[in-house]
Amino acid sequence: MKKATLQLETLTCPSCLQKIDHAVKALPGVDKESVNVLFNASKVKLNFDEEKITIDQIEKAITDLGYEVKKTQVK
Amino acid sequence: MPRYILRNKNKIALMSGVLIALGFLSKWTMGNQVLFEGALIMAALFGVAPVALQAYQALRVKVVSIDVLVTIAVLGAFFIRNFEEAAIVTFLFLFGAFLEQRTLNKTRSAIKALTELAPESALKRQEDGAFVEVEVDEVAVGDVLLVKTGAKIPVDGHVVAGEGSVNEASITGESLPVAKEKGSKVYAGTILDNGTIQVVADRVGEDTTFGKIIELVEEAQDSKSVAERFIDRFAKYYTPAVLVLALIVWLFSRRLELAITILVLGCPGALVIGVPVSNVAGIGNGAKHGVLLKGSEVVSALSRVQTMVFDKTGTLTVGKPVVAETEYYGDNIEEVLGYLASVERESDHPLAKAVLEAIGATEFWPVEATEVVKGAGIVARVNGHRIAVGNVALMEREKVELSAKARADVARFEKNGNSLVLTAVNGELKVLLGVRDRIRPGVQADLRRLKKLGVENLVMLSGDNQGTVDAVSRELGLTEAHGHMLPEEKAAYIKRLIEEEGQVVAFVGDGVNDSPSLALAHIGIAMGGGTDVAIETSDVVLMNSDFSRLPHALGLAKAIVRNMKQNIFLAVGVVFVLLAGLLFSDWVNMSVGMLVHEGSILAVIFNGMRLLRYRLSS
Repeated sequence: MKKATLQLETLTCPSCLQKIDHAVKALPGVDKESVNVLFNASKVKLNFDEEKITIDQIEKAITDLGYEVKKTQVK
Repeated sequence: MPRYILRNKNKIALMSGVLIALGFLSKWTMGNQVLFEGALIMAALFGVAPVALQAYQALRVKVVSIDVLVTIAVLGAFFIRNFEEAAIVTFLFLFGAFLEQRTLNKTRSAIKALTELAPESALKRQEDGAFVEVEVDEVAVGDVLLVKTGAKIPVDGHVVAGEGSVNEASITGESLPVAKEKGSKVYAGTILDNGTIQVVADRVGEDTTFGKIIELVEEAQDSKSVAERFIDRFAKYYTPAVLVLALIVWLFSRRLELAITILVLGCPGALVIGVPVSNVAGIGNGAKHGVLLKGSEVVSALSRVQTMVFDKTGTLTVGKPVVAETEYYGDNIEEVLGYLASVERESDHPLAKAVLEAIGATEFWPVEATEVVKGAGIVARVNGHRIAVGNVALMEREKVELSAKARADVARFEKNGNSLVLTAVNGELKVLLGVRDRIRPGVQADLRRLKKLGVENLVMLSGDNQGTVDAVSRELGLTEAHGHMLPEEKAAYIKRLIEEEGQVVAFVGDGVNDSPSLALAHIGIAMGGGTDVAIETSDVVLMNSDFSRLPHALGLAKAIVRNMKQNIFLAVGVVFVLLAGLLFSDWVNMSVGMLVHEGSILAVIFNGMRLLRYRLSS
């Protein structure tokens, strides 16, 4: 399991949050319990299994929704 | 293509606005209906593209968002050939989103200003001894870093060479420079005002105090209270419910216009954004003023506090004994003070330090034949005189006669909560010093403010003797004060307040030896001097151990809760007024509905922004 923090563009609508939350949780290899979308900080924090999914795939899921990923940290 | 549309949402809004203006212009000046409709159809088509795209993405992840409602409404308007409404509604929706983004950024400005203080680069010592600039992520624990005047200190560490003064406002909220020399601790995110220092990294990145503060504030701003979670759940079912309602209205009344108007009126914008906006602005205000509020749950509990329980030492008092009262007997006092200082200089008793500080510069003598009398004091020979320094028991042992005045002074000093230091020269009392912990300056006024803000009981619990406790309590005008209390007895006292008296209790302590009480109370408030323990175990942290932030914290919590209630009231009120207007009058149509909605969203954001400027009025 790795821990990722993704800095997104400024989020403005609470429903964006719901969209991102649903989309990320639907990805295989992402620990559903760990997903935390921070509205005001415009960040997504989650744990994922690097054998099942890459960080690039997670980023793509978010950019496909139309939100820019500005910076990603994986630990 | 889809991403291109979303990225240029603002340009699309502008274009659609221009087209609408052109359309109306051609209608009014030339009376050209075809051009008018053409322009508005274009405007609506442009405008609806990003909205429909967002709606599609939302539906794909099974979310019925506001975009879905608006898209259906606009399509409906097209269907009944009301292009005017379709164009204006989409334009208002896009323009509103643009304004929301701009104003929301303002409410987040306080925390943003904080994160921008994060250091980005560091001068790291290489193997050859030269310093090279690297990204702060590349610094590891144990690295030696060079910090020059005006630069940010990149890590938590200690100074190994050089000296300078540091502005620690980002950690403590206090901008007075702090002197640093070899061995001093320095913190990431603070700024070296002058001097040059070399620092060894003890903690880096998110592990630094500054990193923890940022993480904490970020999570606090997004933490959800019970009320907020309720609104979230509500919004989740509310939006689909609006859709269903519109469908039912259409099925029964067969009036498509009415049905799509309901879709627009039902948008829950202000309701879902009102509470987070108050939260982010309020908690941001706290962070700027040296108060860390850990989330909206904490804010709501703090606003309801009835009883505040204080630790004494280090919280209400400075936590360091000083000479508070002095009496001299006879003459040659200067010389006696020199003897006293010479004896005290050789002792490591805590009172000795206070005595030395009070005497200051004086003439020191060689001290001979020192004899430490356990629990009483010291006897020694200085300059041929027999000097006895200690408590009353030592004076009795030394057969020192106390005059009636001296005995009265001793009684008075003791009543005022002092520990006594008596000095006798050759069996004659010369100096009487009263040493006690000093009350923090300004605490009295701060406590008065707390009472004014509605705190009913102010209670002090201390491990100190009852006499000292009573003296402090009298001076501060507390409701209750109890001495001789162990940490677990304090915790039991708080438990009783909560369980038997049903009080909402806050505990204020230094966060070191009071963790059971901090944890038990509804609100644990730590006087944090930038220590991790305090930051992690408590609900509220007063940075820099500054007691005067406490009234600000309480006032702010009350203001945030008030602000949230106003926002909820405003949001719900607007929906009711619009629905009533739709049912009982004819001034409400889609465009008016959208306009009022966007207006109410901006209103709750502006209302939230007032919290950024909140200050406790004195």
